Amino acid sequence: MIGAVNGSTTAIVLVGAVFLAAAVEMVEALTIVLAVGHTRGWRTALEGTGVAVLALAALVAVLGPALVHVPLSVLRLVVGVVLLIFGLQWLRKAVLRSAGIKAKHDEDAIYAEMTARLAVTGERPPRDRVAFVVAFKGVFLEGLEIVVAVLTLGTSAHRLGLAATTAAVAVVVVALAGALVARQLSAVPENAMKMAVGIMLVSYGTFWTGEGLKVRWPGGDVMIAGLVVVYALASALVVRLLAPGAREPVGAPR
Amino acid sequence: MNPFPRDDKPRAARLLAGFGRFWWDFLVGDTPEITLSVVGIVGVTALLRDVAHANVAAYVALVVLSVAALALSAARARSRRG
Repeated sequence: MIGAVNGSTTAIVLVGAVFLAAAVEMVEALTIVLAVGHTRGWRTALEGTGVAVLALAALVAVLGPALVHVPLSVLRLVVGVVLLIFGLQWLRKAVLRSAGIKAKHDEDAIYAEMTARLAVTGERPPRDRVAFVVAFKGVFLEGLEIVVAVLTLGTSAHRLGLAATTAAVAVVVVALAGALVARQLSAVPENAMKMAVGIMLVSYGTFWTGEGLKVRWPGGDVMIAGLVVVYALASALVVRLLAPGAREPVGAPR
Repeated sequence: MNPFPRDDKPRAARLLAGFGRFWWDFLVGDTPEITLSVVGIVGVTALLRDVAHANVAAYVALVVLSVAALALSAARARSRRG
Protein backbone atom coordinates (compact mmCIF):
# COMPACT_ATOMS: atom_id res chain seq x y z
CA MET A 1 0.00 0.00 0.00
CA ILE A 2 2.76 2.44 1.06
CA GLY A 3 4.75 1.33 -1.98
CA ALA A 4 1.80 2.12 -4.25
CA VAL A 5 1.40 5.60 -2.69
CA ASN A 6 5.15 6.25 -3.07
CA GLY A 7 4.97 5.07 -6.70
CA SER A 8 2.08 7.35 -7.62
CA THR A 9 3.66 10.35 -5.84
CA THR A 10 6.88 9.78 -7.80
CA ALA A 11 4.92 9.49 -11.05
CA ILE A 12 2.95 12.71 -10.40
CA VAL A 13 6.09 14.71 -9.50
CA LEU A 14 7.93 13.19 -12.49
CA VAL A 15 5.12 14.06 -14.93
CA GLY A 16 4.90 17.60 -13.52
CA ALA A 17 8.64 18.21 -13.70
CA VAL A 18 9.09 16.78 -17.19
CA PHE A 19 5.98 18.48 -18.59
CA LEU A 20 6.99 21.92 -17.29
CA ALA A 21 10.64 21.55 -18.32
CA ALA A 22 9.68 20.41 -21.84
CA ALA A 23 7.01 23.11 -22.18
CA VAL A 24 9.41 25.90 -21.12
CA GLU A 25 12.11 24.76 -23.57
CA MET A 26 9.52 24.26 -26.32
CA VAL A 27 8.24 27.84 -25.88
CA GLU A 28 11.80 29.12 -26.36
CA ALA A 29 12.39 26.94 -29.44
CA LEU A 30 9.02 27.95 -30.85
CA THR A 31 9.90 31.65 -30.51
CA ILE A 32 13.00 31.15 -32.65
CA VAL A 33 11.20 29.06 -35.28
CA LEU A 34 8.37 31.61 -35.52
CA ALA A 35 10.88 34.44 -35.98
CA VAL A 36 12.79 32.55 -38.68
CA GLY A 37 9.63 31.36 -40.44
CA HIS A 38 8.06 34.80 -40.44
CA THR A 39 11.15 36.61 -41.79
CA ARG A 40 12.89 34.05 -44.02
CA GLY A 41 10.18 31.64 -45.00
CA TRP A 42 8.47 28.72 -43.35
CA ARG A 43 10.06 26.08 -45.56
CA THR A 44 13.62 26.73 -44.34
CA ALA A 45 12.46 27.19 -40.75
CA LEU A 46 10.67 23.85 -40.82
CA GLU A 47 13.63 22.16 -42.56
CA GLY A 48 15.95 23.37 -39.80
CA THR A 49 13.44 22.19 -37.21
CA GLY A 50 13.05 18.78 -38.84
CA VAL A 51 16.80 18.16 -39.13
CA ALA A 52 17.28 19.22 -35.50
CA VAL A 53 14.61 16.75 -34.38
CA LEU A 54 16.27 13.97 -36.41
CA ALA A 55 19.69 14.84 -34.94
CA LEU A 56 18.21 14.72 -31.44
CA ALA A 57 16.57 11.35 -32.15
CA ALA A 58 19.91 9.98 -33.37
CA LEU A 59 21.65 11.31 -30.26
CA VAL A 60 19.10 9.66 -27.99
CA ALA A 61 19.37 6.39 -29.94
CA VAL A 62 23.17 6.39 -29.50
CA LEU A 63 23.52 7.72 -25.96
CA GLY A 64 20.20 6.78 -24.36
CA PRO A 65 20.77 3.05 -23.85
CA ALA A 66 24.32 3.67 -22.55
CA LEU A 67 22.88 5.37 -19.48
CA VAL A 68 21.02 2.20 -18.46
CA HIS A 69 24.26 0.20 -18.00
CA VAL A 70 25.77 2.63 -15.51
CA PRO A 71 25.63 1.31 -11.89
CA LEU A 72 22.53 2.74 -10.21
CA SER A 73 24.17 4.50 -7.26
CA VAL A 74 26.76 6.11 -9.55
CA LEU A 75 23.99 7.09 -11.98
CA ARG A 76 21.95 8.61 -9.15
CA LEU A 77 24.94 10.60 -7.90
CA VAL A 78 25.92 11.86 -11.36
CA VAL A 79 22.30 12.66 -12.28
CA GLY A 80 21.68 14.26 -8.90
CA VAL A 81 24.76 16.50 -9.08
CA VAL A 82 24.00 17.55 -12.69
CA LEU A 83 20.36 18.25 -11.80
CA LEU A 84 21.33 20.11 -8.63
CA ILE A 85 23.80 22.38 -10.48
CA PHE A 86 21.48 22.91 -13.47
CA GLY A 87 18.45 23.40 -11.20
CA LEU A 88 20.22 25.90 -8.94
CA GLN A 89 21.36 27.88 -12.01
CA TRP A 90 17.79 27.81 -13.37
CA LEU A 91 16.21 28.70 -10.01
CA ARG A 92 18.73 31.51 -9.44
CA LYS A 93 17.66 33.20 -12.69
CA ALA A 94 13.97 32.85 -11.82
CA VAL A 95 14.64 34.26 -8.32
CA LEU A 96 16.58 37.23 -9.76
CA ARG A 97 13.74 37.94 -12.22
CA SER A 98 11.08 37.70 -9.52
CA ALA A 99 13.14 40.02 -7.28
CA GLY A 100 13.34 42.57 -10.11
CA ILE A 101 17.14 42.30 -10.33
CA LYS A 102 17.18 40.68 -13.78
CA ALA A 103 14.93 41.65 -16.69
CA LYS A 104 12.05 39.28 -17.32
CA HIS A 105 12.57 37.03 -20.35
CA ASP A 106 10.48 38.99 -22.83
CA GLU A 107 9.48 36.70 -25.71
CA ASP A 108 8.20 39.68 -27.76
CA ALA A 109 11.61 41.39 -27.42
CA ILE A 110 13.38 38.19 -28.51
CA TYR A 111 11.03 37.91 -31.48
CA ALA A 112 11.63 41.57 -32.50
CA GLU A 113 15.41 41.23 -32.05
CA MET A 114 15.52 38.03 -34.09
CA THR A 115 13.31 39.59 -36.80
CA ALA A 116 15.54 42.69 -37.06
CA ARG A 117 18.75 40.61 -37.11
CA LEU A 118 17.50 38.36 -39.89
CA ALA A 119 16.12 41.28 -41.90
CA VAL A 120 19.54 43.01 -42.18
CA THR A 121 21.66 39.98 -43.09
CA GLY A 122 21.53 40.85 -46.81
CA GLU A 123 20.81 38.59 -49.75
CA ARG A 124 19.46 35.18 -49.16
CA PRO A 125 21.82 32.34 -49.97
CA PRO A 126 20.34 29.68 -52.30
CA ARG A 127 19.15 27.45 -49.45
CA ASP A 128 18.98 30.27 -46.89
CA ARG A 129 21.61 28.69 -44.66
CA VAL A 130 21.35 31.47 -42.09
CA ALA A 131 17.68 30.75 -41.46
CA PHE A 132 18.32 27.00 -41.49
CA VAL A 133 21.16 27.23 -38.97
CA VAL A 134 19.26 29.61 -36.70
CA ALA A 135 16.20 27.33 -36.66
CA PHE A 136 18.36 24.21 -36.30
CA LYS A 137 20.45 25.66 -33.47
CA GLY A 138 17.43 26.94 -31.58
CA VAL A 139 15.49 23.69 -31.82
CA PHE A 140 18.55 21.45 -31.27
CA LEU A 141 19.79 23.26 -28.15
CA GLU A 142 16.37 23.66 -26.55
CA GLY A 143 15.49 20.10 -27.58
CA LEU A 144 18.71 18.80 -26.05
CA GLU A 145 17.70 20.34 -22.75
CA ILE A 146 14.36 18.49 -23.00
CA VAL A 147 16.24 15.25 -23.78
CA VAL A 148 18.56 15.74 -20.79
CA ALA A 149 15.57 16.38 -18.52
CA VAL A 150 13.72 13.30 -19.86
CA LEU A 151 16.74 10.98 -19.64
CA THR A 152 17.90 12.13 -16.21
CA LEU A 153 14.47 12.31 -14.56
CA GLY A 154 13.09 9.27 -16.42
CA THR A 155 16.00 6.88 -15.83
CA SER A 156 16.36 7.94 -12.20
CA ALA A 157 12.69 7.21 -11.52
CA HIS A 158 12.82 4.04 -13.68
CA ARG A 159 10.04 5.54 -15.80
CA LEU A 160 11.75 6.60 -18.98
CA GLY A 161 8.67 5.76 -21.07
CA LEU A 162 6.43 7.93 -18.89
CA ALA A 163 8.94 10.79 -18.97
CA ALA A 164 9.33 10.57 -22.77
CA THR A 165 5.56 10.42 -23.31
CA THR A 166 5.02 13.39 -20.99
CA ALA A 167 7.68 15.42 -22.84
CA ALA A 168 6.13 14.49 -26.20
CA VAL A 169 2.70 15.61 -24.96
CA ALA A 170 4.19 18.90 -23.71
CA VAL A 171 5.92 19.49 -27.06
CA VAL A 172 2.71 18.78 -29.00
CA VAL A 173 0.59 20.94 -26.66
CA VAL A 174 2.98 23.91 -26.94
CA ALA A 175 3.32 23.43 -30.72
CA LEU A 176 -0.47 23.43 -31.11
CA ALA A 177 -0.78 26.43 -28.82
CA GLY A 178 1.99 28.17 -30.76
CA ALA A 179 0.26 27.49 -34.06
CA LEU A 180 -2.96 28.95 -32.66
CA VAL A 181 -1.65 32.01 -30.89
CA ALA A 182 1.56 32.52 -32.96
CA ARG A 183 2.87 35.83 -31.70
CA GLN A 184 1.08 35.86 -28.35
CA LEU A 185 4.00 34.13 -26.59
CA SER A 186 4.41 36.94 -24.09
CA ALA A 187 1.10 35.88 -22.56
CA VAL A 188 2.76 32.68 -21.32
CA PRO A 189 3.67 33.21 -17.66
CA GLU A 190 7.23 32.13 -18.38
CA ASN A 191 8.93 33.14 -15.16
CA ALA A 192 6.36 31.37 -12.98
CA MET A 193 6.93 28.24 -15.07
CA LYS A 194 10.69 28.63 -14.82
CA MET A 195 10.48 29.08 -11.06
CA ALA A 196 8.40 25.88 -10.76
CA VAL A 197 10.77 23.95 -13.05
CA GLY A 198 13.81 25.18 -11.09
CA ILE A 199 12.24 24.11 -7.80
CA MET A 200 11.47 20.66 -9.18
CA LEU A 201 14.93 20.22 -10.73
CA VAL A 202 16.63 21.24 -7.47
CA SER A 203 14.31 18.93 -5.49
CA TYR A 204 15.09 15.97 -7.74
CA GLY A 205 18.79 16.89 -7.75
CA THR A 206 18.91 17.01 -3.96
CA PHE A 207 17.00 13.74 -3.62
CA TRP A 208 19.10 11.75 -6.11
CA THR A 209 22.38 13.24 -4.85
CA GLY A 210 21.39 12.01 -1.39
CA GLU A 211 20.39 8.60 -2.79
CA GLY A 212 23.71 8.36 -4.65
CA LEU A 213 25.54 9.10 -1.39
CA LYS A 214 23.44 6.37 0.37
CA VAL A 215 21.50 8.88 2.47
CA ARG A 216 18.23 7.40 3.79
CA TRP A 217 15.45 9.96 3.23
CA PRO A 218 12.53 9.96 5.68
CA GLY A 219 9.46 8.67 3.80
CA GLY A 220 11.48 7.48 0.80
CA ASP A 221 10.36 8.92 -2.55
CA VAL A 222 7.54 10.90 -0.86
CA MET A 223 10.31 13.17 0.44
CA ILE A 224 10.59 14.65 -3.08
CA ALA A 225 7.24 16.39 -2.47
CA GLY A 226 8.59 17.66 0.87
CA LEU A 227 11.70 18.99 -0.85
CA VAL A 228 9.50 20.80 -3.40
CA VAL A 229 7.72 22.58 -0.52
CA VAL A 230 11.00 23.42 1.26
CA TYR A 231 12.61 24.86 -1.89
CA ALA A 232 9.44 26.78 -2.84
CA LEU A 233 9.39 28.44 0.57
CA ALA A 234 13.16 29.08 0.48
CA SER A 235 12.91 30.62 -3.01
CA ALA A 236 10.06 32.90 -1.91
CA LEU A 237 12.17 33.98 1.09
CA VAL A 238 15.23 34.68 -1.07
CA VAL A 239 13.09 36.72 -3.52
CA ARG A 240 11.71 38.72 -0.59
CA LEU A 241 15.19 39.34 0.87
CA LEU A 242 16.72 40.34 -2.46
CA ALA A 243 13.93 42.54 -3.83
CA PRO A 244 15.07 46.17 -4.21
CA GLY A 245 14.47 48.11 -0.99
CA ALA A 246 14.28 44.96 1.11
CA ARG A 247 17.21 46.09 3.25
CA GLU A 248 16.05 49.68 3.56
CA PRO A 249 13.92 50.46 6.63
CA VAL A 250 10.56 52.09 5.92
CA GLY A 251 10.92 55.90 5.93
CA ALA A 252 14.71 55.83 5.57
CA PRO A 253 16.12 58.83 3.67
CA ARG A 254 17.11 58.07 0.06
CA MET B 1 46.75 39.40 -42.36
CA ASN B 2 43.64 37.25 -42.49
CA PRO B 3 41.32 38.21 -39.62
CA PHE B 4 39.54 34.86 -39.95
CA PRO B 5 42.33 32.26 -39.89
CA ARG B 6 41.30 28.71 -40.80
CA ASP B 7 40.96 26.32 -37.91
CA ASP B 8 43.52 23.66 -38.86
CA LYS B 9 42.79 21.38 -35.92
CA PRO B 10 41.62 17.87 -36.83
CA ARG B 11 37.85 17.46 -37.01
CA ALA B 12 37.84 15.06 -34.05
CA ALA B 13 39.71 17.59 -31.91
CA ARG B 14 37.25 20.33 -32.83
CA LEU B 15 34.29 18.07 -32.03
CA LEU B 16 35.85 17.12 -28.69
CA ALA B 17 36.54 20.77 -27.88
CA GLY B 18 32.95 21.66 -28.80
CA PHE B 19 31.60 18.83 -26.64
CA GLY B 20 33.75 19.99 -23.70
CA ARG B 21 32.71 23.60 -24.22
CA PHE B 22 29.03 22.61 -24.24
CA TRP B 23 29.30 20.80 -20.91
CA TRP B 24 31.45 23.57 -19.43
CA ASP B 25 28.80 26.14 -20.39
CA PHE B 26 26.03 23.80 -19.21
CA LEU B 27 27.50 23.06 -15.79
CA VAL B 28 29.71 26.07 -15.00
CA GLY B 29 28.77 28.94 -17.32
CA ASP B 30 28.66 32.30 -15.56
CA THR B 31 27.91 30.78 -12.15
CA PRO B 32 31.07 28.91 -11.09
CA GLU B 33 30.12 29.55 -7.45
CA ILE B 34 27.13 27.21 -7.83
CA THR B 35 29.27 24.41 -9.30
CA LEU B 36 31.90 24.82 -6.58
CA SER B 37 29.20 24.96 -3.90
CA VAL B 38 27.60 21.72 -5.12
CA VAL B 39 31.01 19.98 -5.13
CA GLY B 40 31.49 21.16 -1.53
CA ILE B 41 27.94 20.12 -0.56
CA VAL B 42 28.53 16.60 -1.94
CA GLY B 43 31.79 16.39 0.02
CA VAL B 44 30.21 17.52 3.31
CA THR B 45 27.21 15.19 2.87
CA ALA B 46 29.49 12.22 2.07
CA LEU B 47 31.64 12.94 5.13
CA LEU B 48 28.61 13.21 7.42
CA ARG B 49 27.06 10.02 6.00
CA ASP B 50 30.12 7.78 5.65
CA VAL B 51 32.59 9.07 8.27
CA ALA B 52 30.36 10.48 11.02
CA HIS B 53 27.53 8.00 10.25
CA ALA B 54 25.09 10.86 10.85
CA ASN B 55 22.25 10.24 8.36
CA VAL B 56 19.92 13.01 9.59
CA ALA B 57 22.73 15.59 9.67
CA ALA B 58 23.72 14.48 6.16
CA TYR B 59 20.32 15.14 4.53
CA VAL B 60 19.71 18.31 6.57
CA ALA B 61 23.13 19.64 5.46
CA LEU B 62 22.39 18.70 1.85
CA VAL B 63 19.17 20.75 1.80
CA VAL B 64 20.33 23.69 3.97
CA LEU B 65 23.61 24.11 2.08
CA SER B 66 21.79 23.96 -1.28
CA VAL B 67 19.45 26.76 -0.14
CA ALA B 68 22.51 28.71 1.09
CA ALA B 69 24.23 28.23 -2.29
CA LEU B 70 21.15 29.59 -4.07
CA ALA B 71 20.89 32.59 -1.74
CA LEU B 72 24.60 33.42 -1.91
CA SER B 73 24.75 33.14 -5.70
CA ALA B 74 21.66 35.35 -6.08
CA ALA B 75 23.06 37.86 -3.57
CA ARG B 76 26.35 37.88 -5.51
CA ALA B 77 24.44 38.64 -8.72
CA ARG B 78 22.62 41.50 -6.99
CA SER B 79 25.86 43.01 -5.65
CA ARG B 80 27.49 42.73 -9.10
CA ARG B 81 24.59 44.68 -10.58
CA GLY B 82 25.09 47.37 -7.95
